[in-house]
Amino acid sequence: MNGAGRPRPQGGIDLMAWIFMRVSGVVLLLMVLLHLAIMHIINNIEVINYHFVAARYATPFWRTFDLVMLWLAFIHGLNGVRVMIDDYVSSRGWRLLSLASLYVLGFIFLALGSLVILTFNPARPF
Amino acid sequence: MGKISKYFTYRGHEGQWSWLLHRITGIGVFLFLLAHIVDTAMIGWGPSVYNETMAIYRHPLFRVGEVILSGAVLYHALNGVRIIIIDFWPESTLAQKKLFYAVVVTFAVIFVPAAIYMMAWMVK
Repeated sequence: MNGAGRPRPQGGIDLMAWIFMRVSGVVLLLMVLLHLAIMHIINNIEVINYHFVAARYATPFWRTFDLVMLWLAFIHGLNGVRVMIDDYVSSRGWRLLSLASLYVLGFIFLALGSLVILTFNPARPF
Repeated sequence: MGKISKYFTYRGHEGQWSWLLHRITGIGVFLFLLAHIVDTAMIGWGPSVYNETMAIYRHPLFRVGEVILSGAVLYHALNGVRIIIIDFWPESTLAQKKLFYAVVVTFAVIFVPAAIYMMAWMVK
């Protein structure tokens, strides 16, 4: 009897992805709910501005936190979309096209997000 | 072809609706993550560009969207825990409906006060 989620794959990359979804899910639950509590309950959009972020990113702690959260959330979401493409796109051509677009767009967005977190420097704008 | 409901109904009941909601909230949160990467990237162009970008999120429509997004994240997180429990503890399959109602109740207990607090700006 399988569980509530996707049946556990037998092995290979699919099993790795299945395990990753569950492990990253638990870590993300803690990180994202903390992120929401800090940004949307303790603070809010009225006080979040350039100086707020600059103060937050003055020390490496929140940069590291945000980078780990970005990678986990992004790969978790990317794999979710991959699973849905597998489920709903049955023609070979469309599947190839949609998966290729997903990975190309995914690479661009993840690279942009990482670049911003790692290189932000108030003294040196783009 | 036939009834439109056939496109939305697989087996019905709690098991299917929790699964469908998990997919919908997952897609929604992922799409917002893409937008969030772009809005955060604006910080590289300095205070005026970033502050103008943040001003968009102060629009009442986005502030309502913020609450809906938080609800989507919370549901996805709680239902994810339910999925993991059932995956790694097969006996709990028998209690899957109760687990779904536990997700609904936990969601309501956290979301209702948080949403009221987040919407307080409306009456200020």
